[in-house]
Amino acid sequence: MTQQDALINYCLRLGDTSLILGQRMAEWTSNGPTLEEDIALTNISLDLFGQARTFLTYAGEVEGKGRTEDDFAYHRNEREFYNTLLSERPNGHFGDTIARNFLHAAFLYHLYSALTKSKDDKIAALASKSLKEVTYHLRHSSEWIVRLGDGTVESHQKIQDSINDLWMFTGDLFVMNEVDELLIKEGIAANLNEIKKLWDNTVNEVLQRATLKRPIDGFMQKGRLEGRHAECLGHLLAEMQFLPRAYPDATW
Amino acid sequence: MEDAKKLEEFQAKIDAEIKIEPKDWMPEDYRKHLQRQISQHAHSEVIGMQPEGNWISRAPSLRAKVVLLAKIQDEAGHGQYLYSAAETLGKSRDEYIEELQSEKAKYSSIFNYPTLTWADMGAVGWLVDGAAIVNQVSLQRTSYGPYARAMVRICKEESFHQRQGYEIIAHMAQGTPEQKAMAQDALNRFWWPSIMMFGPHDSDSPNTGNATLWKIKRETNDELRQKFIDKTVGQAEIIGLTIPDPDLKWNEARGHYDFGKMDWDEFWNVVKGNGPCNKQRLEHHKKAHKEGKWVREAALTYAQKQKEKQMVA
Ligand SMILES: [Fe+2]
Ligand SMILES: [Fe+2]
Ligand SMILES: [Fe+2]
Repeated sequence: MTQQDALINYCLRLGDTSLILGQRMAEWTSNGPTLEEDIALTNISLDLFGQARTFLTYAGEVEGKGRTEDDFAYHRNEREFYNTLLSERPNGHFGDTIARNFLHAAFLYHLYSALTKSKDDKIAALASKSLKEVTYHLRHSSEWIVRLGDGTVESHQKIQDSINDLWMFTGDLFVMNEVDELLIKEGIAANLNEIKKLWDNTVNEVLQRATLKRPIDGFMQKGRLEGRHAECLGHLLAEMQFLPRAYPDATW
Repeated sequence: MEDAKKLEEFQAKIDAEIKIEPKDWMPEDYRKHLQRQISQHAHSEVIGMQPEGNWISRAPSLRAKVVLLAKIQDEAGHGQYLYSAAETLGKSRDEYIEELQSEKAKYSSIFNYPTLTWADMGAVGWLVDGAAIVNQVSLQRTSYGPYARAMVRICKEESFHQRQGYEIIAHMAQGTPEQKAMAQDALNRFWWPSIMMFGPHDSDSPNTGNATLWKIKRETNDELRQKFIDKTVGQAEIIGLTIPDPDLKWNEARGHYDFGKMDWDEFWNVVKGNGPCNKQRLEHHKKAHKEGKWVREAALTYAQKQKEKQMVA
């Protein structure tokens, strides 16, 4: 594996994760519990699409074959996507979405913080821009975790169940392979073992404030590094990619 | 007696183009008319998120997706300003929403039509937002201050929406034969409902009497419709699309386009609930509202708990 290959893959991981989570968040349009929250949820979606576009564009630049953000988004199949397993989880009810977003935002917050110091200038620049947005996403989801956790009996139970159900997808966030090894050596990528410690602290702190229990680490699902996903990703992609696939000669 | 004097003062203000503000005295009918009109407008913005929301997940490029999502978000924002303006008339947003869900209040019938292809994202922005602008520009001069100010803010964004929609349909009209066909089909389906958005002919319009006297309404339905048609015909020609009205032709003497008969039977049927999506739109709104109930309750309970904690401390 060359450094170029590794960097392309690294950009796709970041870009795909934002893209898929953005697509999920966009599903909240006209479905939020209040008009204000509808707007907040789709704001997050807009931020994520913005991040996806810049990381996928950069992947194309590093590759140097002229592939664009849309080529990556619309013309790859399930097994070629490197988003986290957590990002593709269906929205479920509001609490499921908040739990997913919280566990994920805590991860991206610490990851982007670390990547602002990347030796790859472009990654560092994109990370600092994304960090501002993800800081808000983490605050938004943390506040809701606390409100729901310390709200009514019903909301407490619901959000605890949501966290429990999603827990087995959190292990996948921190798995590394030779791509990480190579890029960490070059000072480009972040060491996810370090990120895991920071993530643990953030998650523990917020769950405690929310009067919620941290689930016991059981068996963890894995697959993002090999592009091995849950069934739901194929449906998401089929819908998302329909037009460019159905009309390959068209531009929009 | 006192009321007669107040009414006289009220009318004098209106005639002098002085805006009526929430704390000012106003006739009960003026208040009721505005409550109905502004809330109907707010509901339209919110229900209007659904037909466009139908295509976010399938937008054909990431740029198009972001533009569409941001547009729909603007509409949610318009709903917010308008509910706030309507609340200054002494009814809460919850009450207005209850009226929408119990079908006591209406929203624009245009949103009871389905969006069937991506070209509809063009047609809706171009025609529906385009028609809305004509109406809203006129409402910037409406006599009720909060409503007029909401319109000023909203109009700026609506003209963006109109241009973005036109850009989508123009691009498709110049695209592959399939894209061109989708563009024409979208225009065919949205043209008549769009020009009927302005409401019935002035001669059959039940609600305009005092609305004109009180300067809630500044121009009549037919005047606004004519403005919209006059500005839109050329836009269709430039991109090579045909407006589906064989009677449409320039009338030199009037300085306006003449156009064909609208299908008012269809219009009233859609208003009464028989449109293709009336039930779907309302059910969607009710479902989201109902599913959000436990969330709103939790937020309220949490806020209450925090307040109690602060009082103890
Ligand atoms: Fe609108
Ligand atoms: Fe609007
Ligand atoms: Fe609009």
